[in-house]
Amino acid sequence: MRTVFKTSYDADIRLFKHGAQAFWYGLLLLAVVALPWLISDYMIGEAVNVLIWALAGLGLMVLTGQAGQASLGHTAFLAVGCYTNAILQLKGVPFLVSFPVAGLLAGIVGVIVAIPALRLHGIYLAIFTLALAVLVEDIIVLAAPLTGGISGLNAPTIKILGAEIDRYGAPKLFYYLVLAVVVAVTLLYRNMLRSPLGRSFAAVRDSEISAQAMGVDLARTKAAAFGISCAITGLAGALMGHFAGTFNHETFNLAIAIQLLLMIVIGGLGSIHGAFLGAIVVGFMPTMIAFLRDYVGKVTGTGSIAIPGLEAAVFAAILIGFILLEPMGMYGRWFKIRTYFELFPFYRRDMFKRQKSYLKTERMR
Amino acid sequence: MSLLELDHVTLRFGGLVAVNDVSFSVEEGEVFALVGPNGAGKSTLFNMISRFYTPAAGDIRFQGKSILGLPPSQIAYLGIARTFQNIELFEHSTVLQNLLVGRRRHVRSNLASDLFFTPFVRNEEIRHREAVEKVIDFLELQAYRDKLVAGLPYGVRKVVELARALATEPKLLLLDEPASGLSVEETQDLTYWIEDIRKLMGITVLMVEHDMKLVAAVSDRVLALADGKMLALGPPREVQSHPAVVAAYIGQPAEAVTS
Amino acid sequence: MSSLQLIVSGLANGCVYGLIALGFVLIYKATEAVNFAQGDFMMLGAFVALGLTTGQSLALPFWVAVPVAIVIMFVLGYLLDVVIIRQLFGQSQTTVVILTIALGFIIRFVAGAIWGHEPQTLPTPFAGQNLRFGGIVIGVDELMVIVTTLILTLVLYLFFNRTKLGVAMQAASQNQLAAYYMGIPVKRVQSMIWGVAGAVAAVAGILFASKGSIDPGMGLLGIKAFAAAVIGGFGSLPGALLGGILVGLIEPFSSRYVAAGYSQIAPYVLMLLVLIFRPHGLFAQVYSKKV
Repeated sequence: MRTVFKTSYDADIRLFKHGAQAFWYGLLLLAVVALPWLISDYMIGEAVNVLIWALAGLGLMVLTGQAGQASLGHTAFLAVGCYTNAILQLKGVPFLVSFPVAGLLAGIVGVIVAIPALRLHGIYLAIFTLALAVLVEDIIVLAAPLTGGISGLNAPTIKILGAEIDRYGAPKLFYYLVLAVVVAVTLLYRNMLRSPLGRSFAAVRDSEISAQAMGVDLARTKAAAFGISCAITGLAGALMGHFAGTFNHETFNLAIAIQLLLMIVIGGLGSIHGAFLGAIVVGFMPTMIAFLRDYVGKVTGTGSIAIPGLEAAVFAAILIGFILLEPMGMYGRWFKIRTYFELFPFYRRDMFKRQKSYLKTERMR
Repeated sequence: MSLLELDHVTLRFGGLVAVNDVSFSVEEGEVFALVGPNGAGKSTLFNMISRFYTPAAGDIRFQGKSILGLPPSQIAYLGIARTFQNIELFEHSTVLQNLLVGRRRHVRSNLASDLFFTPFVRNEEIRHREAVEKVIDFLELQAYRDKLVAGLPYGVRKVVELARALATEPKLLLLDEPASGLSVEETQDLTYWIEDIRKLMGITVLMVEHDMKLVAAVSDRVLALADGKMLALGPPREVQSHPAVVAAYIGQPAEAVTS
Repeated sequence: MSSLQLIVSGLANGCVYGLIALGFVLIYKATEAVNFAQGDFMMLGAFVALGLTTGQSLALPFWVAVPVAIVIMFVLGYLLDVVIIRQLFGQSQTTVVILTIALGFIIRFVAGAIWGHEPQTLPTPFAGQNLRFGGIVIGVDELMVIVTTLILTLVLYLFFNRTKLGVAMQAASQNQLAAYYMGIPVKRVQSMIWGVAGAVAAVAGILFASKGSIDPGMGLLGIKAFAAAVIGGFGSLPGALLGGILVGLIEPFSSRYVAAGYSQIAPYVLMLLVLIFRPHGLFAQVYSKKV
């Protein structure tokens, strides 16, 4: 087992704890960069899907995992980012401008939403965001002249410096574009975690009263959390629009909002790895279910039966399994396995047993 | 000019008068204790100084200027730090992270520089870490540095509360029942720490306490309260033997008191 | 349609929302968890009743099928708590919320698999009959909904505030550890409340079915009931009913006076307004903690 001897405060502040960790992540980066050359175009598309979901997950994670504000309606911000980006591009604005502006606008909407939400906690905040998601769906239809209403919009092809980056025409280029955005956001996320900003988020999450006593401005911090979270989600939405090609209000419906939340729970709440692991599950689930369905159909001779809602139900069943058996999510399980090997043979079975918290009413805050 | 002045402060919760025309001042460099039975209004006074409540009448002045116009999150910037009676730590963070939040008052970086983690932010982080390590050394919390607060024993959490308040480098330290729930040894340590805080760090201490031995050992002056009203103010021995204070704690003697 | 007509049908709809909201509030009052699947419970209750009255092997008369369906749903709610929710004992309430969201998906899928996705009707003895009061026509089904809901709300309110079991349930939600020390069988009490919520949902489902057709997707009404519970305030049973009635009344009136498309978002706008200005509902039950 490796014992890390720290000789400077930098060791705690650095991105990687020690050389070996940096090596493994470097290898991962290399593998991810080399991926498009090793797999088929279809699989590249699947990988892009996973990356975009991971980005959306990171956005939600900032709010839920770091600042402790439960959000059930994050698709509202996916939609804002997606529509802003597409509408601006359709009006002739180049991608390199419309993309960050879409993120910025989603962030600003997030800050505006944060203001009435300042006094809300727990379930009330969750309901507030849920109402937002439902409202945004309806607003998109109502603002038909701008948003194309029910028929939706077609995302134009991205043009950067003369190169046409289209999901089908240049899959590798699209992949690298999305990858670049995801890596940049992940770096920002990690910077946030190790800086005073991230600590303020955690303080607001755990004890608003003592956070204030320490000088943390609640309103500013919550607004910042909402702003950053919604900006990242907006960027993911913009990319989603390009990935899907065409979209309308149904693309960002309630089921997707809940899928996002389920995704980060399965992956592991509050960890960057969790967002990626959850995205992998969400990204490949439809393919796997279709595959299983065909297999079952072949084996039992009943042919492939399409039952609506099967995908969602399977997803839900997996989620329930995780909550009951592995509440720390996939990253939690991976961490436990790794710790087992690191501490072998001294791994203690109840090392990660959570402190049981007996319910104390939220109605007295 | 006194460091902290409370001037005829009154606070009502509906029909209940929690604090009734209380006035006192805390001089720089002294240790001032608030004593009294439960419900006397001591923590309420603290909460008014922290600006969680606003008095119905009267003024509270810090370094000569009234603080009644400030929101709670500005109090730390004045140099006032506090601990909480029922421990309000950040449960899901490590002790180190809790203490670093205490440095919020001295943070000079902003949102943008934080997100990009500029070299300025890096140097600031090291600076904050050094300041926090001094507090950890003082209160001997080295063993708990990287442990999550949620699993720590009660006595240690009380010390972390104190450490977090000290990390803000305050001029005035408000301690809300620092010794409650502590063992005899831990209270001894606390006595020495309060002495050091006053002598070595030059911090003024205002504390609410029930442990009379601790109060007698460290305080310069004591204010006794009961039912929101002032009973006696003066050095510990004087206040302890004051008839009104004795009556509030122990009760009137069996014979009726003659007018 | 005259305004009075609108009011009556709005009231009837509102009572159904109110009943679902009642289910939310029941569980919240006793366990401080929110059951996102309450709307789907309602749907299940309606379909169970359908299956009992029109099943090929077993066709029960209506007034026998109703109590049987209610009992079945009570048992289902109870079992749900025993088998799944109880395992989450000691974890944060958000986990339970997420779990119930997932449950909703599964219940919808199972119902669709068993009964198909086509809208069906539940034959009730009071469908289609009308009463006439000097010019207004009131459907007997709507009357039944309103009357049943009022009675049920009263019964539950008295139960929670006057009976020992009801007070025990409230205690368990305010401070579990203390409730244990007082000898309250907290886990069993919680299972009972889930059972009661299931039963109430069954009543709501049957009443709803008597006014129209049902299909597995109807549980999504639950979201409007959510708005109702928020408006009324999550800690208050009569509040839930009032919230439901408000939402039920807003819908037809806003569609008459406001442009189409805007009327369907009216309940949510009202909910947002309540959340912003009076977050704990019109019948708030929140106190502040003394630090």
